[in-house]
Amino acid sequence: MSDRLAVRKTFKLYLGGAFPRSESGRTYAVTDARGAFLANAAWASRKDARDAVVAARGAFAKWSGATAYNRGQVLYRVAEVMEGRHAQFCEEVAAGEGLSAGRARAVVDAAVDRWVWYAGWTDKLASVLGSANPVAGPFFGFSTPEPTGVVAVLAPQRSSLLGLVSVLAPVLAGGNTAVVVTSRERPLPAVTLGEVLATSDVPGGVVNLLTGDAGEIGPWLAEHDDVDAVDLTGAPPAQAMELERLAAGSIKRVLRPPAEEPDWSADPGLSRMTPFLETKTVWHPKGV
Amino acid sequence: MTHVLDPGTLAAGTRPGPGPGTAFDDVTRSDAALRAFLHGLPGVDQVGAEQRAATLGTRSIKTTAKAWAIDTAISMVDLTTLEGADTPGKVRSLAAKARRPDPTDPTAPAVAAVCVYGDLAGVAREALAGTGVHVAAVATAFPSGRASREVKLADVRDAVGNGADEIDMVIDRGAFLAGRYLEVFEEVVAVKEACGGAHLKVILETGELVTYDNARRASWLAMLAGADFVKTSTGKISPAATLPVCLVMLEAVRDFRAATGRQVGVKPAGGIRTTKDAIKHLVLVNETVGADWLSPDRFRLGASSLLNDLLLQRQKLRTGHYSGPDHVSVD
Amino acid sequence: MTSPLFEYAPAPESRSIVDVAPSYGLFVDGEFVDGSGDTLKTVNPATEEVLSEVAVGTEADVDRAVRAARRAFTRVWGPMRPADRGKYLFRIARILQERAREFAVLESLDNGKPIRESRDVDVPLAAAHFFHHAGWADKLGYAGLGPDPRPHGVAGQVIPWNFPLLMLAWKVAPALATGNTVVLKPAETTPLTALLFAQVCQQADLPPGVVNIVTGAGETGRAVVEHADVDKVAFTGSTEVGRSIARAVAGTRKVLTLELGGKAANIVFDDAPIDQAVEGIVRGIFFNQGHVCCAGSRLLVQESVHDEVIASLQRRIGTLRVGDPLDKNTDVGAINSAEQLARIRELSEIGEAEGAHRWQPACDLPDRGFWFPPTVFTDVSPAHRIARDEVFGPVLSVLTFRTPDEAVAKADNSTYGLSAGIWTEKGSRILAIADRLRAGVVWANTFNQFDPTSPFGGYKQSGYGREGGRQGLAAYLKGASH
Repeated sequence: MSDRLAVRKTFKLYLGGAFPRSESGRTYAVTDARGAFLANAAWASRKDARDAVVAARGAFAKWSGATAYNRGQVLYRVAEVMEGRHAQFCEEVAAGEGLSAGRARAVVDAAVDRWVWYAGWTDKLASVLGSANPVAGPFFGFSTPEPTGVVAVLAPQRSSLLGLVSVLAPVLAGGNTAVVVTSRERPLPAVTLGEVLATSDVPGGVVNLLTGDAGEIGPWLAEHDDVDAVDLTGAPPAQAMELERLAAGSIKRVLRPPAEEPDWSADPGLSRMTPFLETKTVWHPKGV
Repeated sequence: MTHVLDPGTLAAGTRPGPGPGTAFDDVTRSDAALRAFLHGLPGVDQVGAEQRAATLGTRSIKTTAKAWAIDTAISMVDLTTLEGADTPGKVRSLAAKARRPDPTDPTAPAVAAVCVYGDLAGVAREALAGTGVHVAAVATAFPSGRASREVKLADVRDAVGNGADEIDMVIDRGAFLAGRYLEVFEEVVAVKEACGGAHLKVILETGELVTYDNARRASWLAMLAGADFVKTSTGKISPAATLPVCLVMLEAVRDFRAATGRQVGVKPAGGIRTTKDAIKHLVLVNETVGADWLSPDRFRLGASSLLNDLLLQRQKLRTGHYSGPDHVSVD
Repeated sequence: MTSPLFEYAPAPESRSIVDVAPSYGLFVDGEFVDGSGDTLKTVNPATEEVLSEVAVGTEADVDRAVRAARRAFTRVWGPMRPADRGKYLFRIARILQERAREFAVLESLDNGKPIRESRDVDVPLAAAHFFHHAGWADKLGYAGLGPDPRPHGVAGQVIPWNFPLLMLAWKVAPALATGNTVVLKPAETTPLTALLFAQVCQQADLPPGVVNIVTGAGETGRAVVEHADVDKVAFTGSTEVGRSIARAVAGTRKVLTLELGGKAANIVFDDAPIDQAVEGIVRGIFFNQGHVCCAGSRLLVQESVHDEVIASLQRRIGTLRVGDPLDKNTDVGAINSAEQLARIRELSEIGEAEGAHRWQPACDLPDRGFWFPPTVFTDVSPAHRIARDEVFGPVLSVLTFRTPDEAVAKADNSTYGLSAGIWTEKGSRILAIADRLRAGVVWANTFNQFDPTSPFGGYKQSGYGREGGRQGLAAYLKGASH
């Protein structure tokens, strides 16, 4: 044991590619699974959510317009950089979720591998979900999946890293940008993930991570007219219906919360990508 | 011939093209300018043009409108025989039919013209003297147009000399498809000059030009060169007249008048055999260029068997019952 | 020669082929039954003549229909061999073709649309939709929606008045092909072809309860949507009602697809095939009197060809024949209802008040019935309400742009995102612009084309979910989002 006094990290928001404090100036104490103090995290406000939506909207054109190959490489790069911080993630997950070192390692492994899995999807979605439409006339018609836009994600409350990656990566793979409200009690791995994202070619604003309370920020995002879709996975169960009602105001796509937080290690299939994809159909006459 | 806008031609009263002082003077100054102009015309989307023509083809023309359309169509027919086996006798019988299509009904109008090869124009002229029915002759090495300029011009002069007051020339499709637009243009100008007072119909042979873009460009080329009519086809090539190609040519004459003030006629020819086909063409005229073109001076139907079908339908409308082929004359 | 003008004589399609009963009940469990509530009158919008009285389904009626649908799902339609489900749909497609003329006349009578359109578009497409989906019934495992996709159960469907039979087909065909049973609520003003379709179901020997048709107005629709035993809700109609439906299903297990309003940009570049573009503009906004959610209601024309395009467009609009929907030569028919006419008038007056210039062709409108002439507003600014609100009528707003970027920015400047048009002869430009438009259907050098194999539906507040094609099946299968 060294007698050197450790340099502690300040856990901030990740917003528009930068790491600001909450505009409200508020923080909250984060403890480990046994209740011991770990750090003060930023307590994101509705105005932080508003700024995050602006950042996500601003980043949308470039991210959605990038080639699928390019997006795939960027997401794979996230896995690469995460791998380099493996130990740090293990420590944070173990502390926050109260896991053994072995379990924590398995969770971090799965989280890294999930990025790899989704990185490989970017340039397959159009082949798998799109179509050439054999219309009854002299027209060439095709349909392709396109990203919905800005997706507000209420991340799982329990699984602070694997769960977070499992809901975030599919949103990005389809070309959307995201505003994520992290697990309230276990926000620290999310902030570290923000640092990974910031250093792995993900353009600023594509992912915005708000530490704080989904119950407080969720309604602002669900009602925000410039948010195109909401993933209610981490919503407080009692609030889910109200959030869905708010989302109806601007006809948002809504991914309802599961009855219980699922086992995130299971194969997710396409189920978390398709809710945030639109189908665009293009017609053109065939003539000489 | 180096340039077409030759003052002598203008003095003769057969002004080639829209004439000096218009925006189109420059476009025929060089091959490059003409190409740039023709290729700068708005494109034609095949599917859209065909869809529009098909929609107009569903118009339902009944009772009084049908009676009007049948008589109008008869009056627009260029009654045509263009066979190697044509004889003076055949032409005389056609002329008789032209001036009085239905021997049982003097109210049936005469047709617009009889259309023959140039060597028989004299026979037609004689048979139609004093009737108001025009004599049209095909010329310029019809139907292929494959002869020297001199031979073509001689062909025209011969037909006019024989009494044709309308000349149906063919353009040099080879030159057009090879992109030698100015050459085609100059030939039309020269033919127009050779026509003297005879009206000039320029056959584009759209079945060989294939695309609607080409049909539009060739229409403009012919109009710039002084055509009085643009005509779809020789009747010797399939496809000949189709509704969409006629639509494209009508749009061209409409736009040409808007640009220059000069009104050019349109003649679909070949393949129009039934009253239904003829009425579809009249609907096309009516809804594309309007009433100004609904006269034999501006719209003709080049046909042979069509006339009998028009007469049968006319009899049906008059008598209320169907008729048969023995109730109209065999030509 | 009688006249220098080619005046088309009236060419009315005979209405004797349809036999409209003085009143109709509801179609529940395979038979027509009396409703337990009021009735409403459905009128011919071209004459204001009352065509028939139909039942206004109550909550109790809807409950009866849902129970019939549930029974049919559990006992008959769910367990049925998929190939046999497909055969029923093929039968329905064939009967629609056989009775096409009857459907076309009835649709034009009840809706006011020209017989040319009901005959050449609505009815053939409805039959095609059943034919296409019939073939899917026993091939769902190949649709890329999972190895063993399962139906939801009972689908509650609410459809609009603009394409009454066609929207029925878009809803019913995929629902049945995937093994769901249906309770369908047709629009208040256009119930008759749905009731005739009920007879088709009887002729096809479709098992009772598989299709139930409950007529009525908004409250009946609400009862369908809110019924606790409905598993799947599909709605086509206004964004406003779509919102309330999305709220109503919030927190339930019901899955929802919405096909809502639009304010499509139809973008004409200076190198467009102008004559076909003009046709496309006309088809875009005057097809079905502009009662089309994907209508090309905002014309975005490049400034350099604005005058030429508008002149051509006005000349072309001058040839449109407005009048008797049953005349085979009518191009533009009647506005569907007095209420819709009032809305079109109101928005047009606002357009003028805001400073846009209104143009209408000389046009004799019938004395009775609901009519609005084809209308073009020029000098429209993106801030004007006629550039933003869905008019759902024969009213075109013309805006201009100078560059492709500006065209895209203006096109996407809408809360809607259903459809868009692009007119240019330059292929690479089509693909680049189509990529950037936030709209579910992009027609390039054409407009308002529909096909059962082609997914249709919107981005943004134009709704979610697709109808048609492989993608459209997903809405009716569990766990399949695409």
